[in-house]
Amino acid sequence: MLLIHCPYCQEERPEIEFRNGGEAHIARSTNIAGESDEAFESFFFIRTNPKGLVYERWRHIHGCGRFFNAVRDSVTDKFLRVYKAGEPQPEPAEVMKTLPEHSAWENIPPADQNVATPARDRVSTDGEA
Amino acid sequence: MVEAVAITAKRRGALDHRSEAINGVSLQPAKPARRVSLRVRSDGLAPLSLALGLDLPSKPKTSVTANSRSALWLGPDEWLVIDDGEGDPIADLAGVSVLHSAVDVSHRNAAIIVSGEKAADVINAGCPQDLGLQAFPVGACSRTVLGKIEIVLLRTAPDTFRVECWRSFADYAFSYLSDAARGV
Repeated sequence: MLLIHCPYCQEERPEIEFRNGGEAHIARSTNIAGESDEAFESFFFIRTNPKGLVYERWRHIHGCGRFFNAVRDSVTDKFLRVYKAGEPQPEPAEVMKTLPEHSAWENIPPADQNVATPARDRVSTDGEA
Repeated sequence: MVEAVAITAKRRGALDHRSEAINGVSLQPAKPARRVSLRVRSDGLAPLSLALGLDLPSKPKTSVTANSRSALWLGPDEWLVIDDGEGDPIADLAGVSVLHSAVDVSHRNAAIIVSGEKAADVINAGCPQDLGLQAFPVGACSRTVLGKIEIVLLRTAPDTFRVECWRSFADYAFSYLSDAARGV
């Protein structure tokens, strides 16, 4: 199962709590009735579908309920960056420059997940794995 | 002449008469509670907290309990308030003038108390979250999934969880948890 970082819950959560919301950063025209058929078709139906970085909306529907945006690599399915809805779209070059230290797709030991202090830095443990 | 007949109606909970203790895990229906689905922007936190008598938590996955009343963080502007005592949160919120939405969902939800040493394992049979004590400490709460349904999970003690689900799903949730308890 994929672990996805939710920018509102501020931790990685299992994939089945989330729902994909299609391509991000598609602006609806303020004068939708005045759009030409071609422009409306392009807004409504045409998506970029690139091989490489894709910008997607995701919704943490079985968690905080919030929409957020994610940059994902469509070749590897890796999540490279998540950011809150309304924040500016990061440039691809910038995303590639600052890949997260820990990504959901890296095989993080269970003890290091979802905690402020990784297990290896903690003095005492309560026996939890 | 029609004779007056005294009609008595008895309220039946969704999980009445269901309780199980399997492999050291106890499943009990929670006692009836008043519940409020609360939505408010951050500027309304202080007056609502004052009215409710507890500080609405603003940190993800945390809850605050005062007396019989708990406020569970569900989202950045969303809380679930549960009161299984005498208090009525809706009445307490009625006088607040700041813009907010408080909906009485007392009868929408039913709750199951899962307790026992292996309570986390039983819930993990259908819930994909990390329920270790460090990732999900006492007081932690989250909306998440259990099998095919959505639940709100609250850890009330190291070995005790409260599972809130929609009333019509209560039978499914209880059966799912008791099946899981047979397997741990």
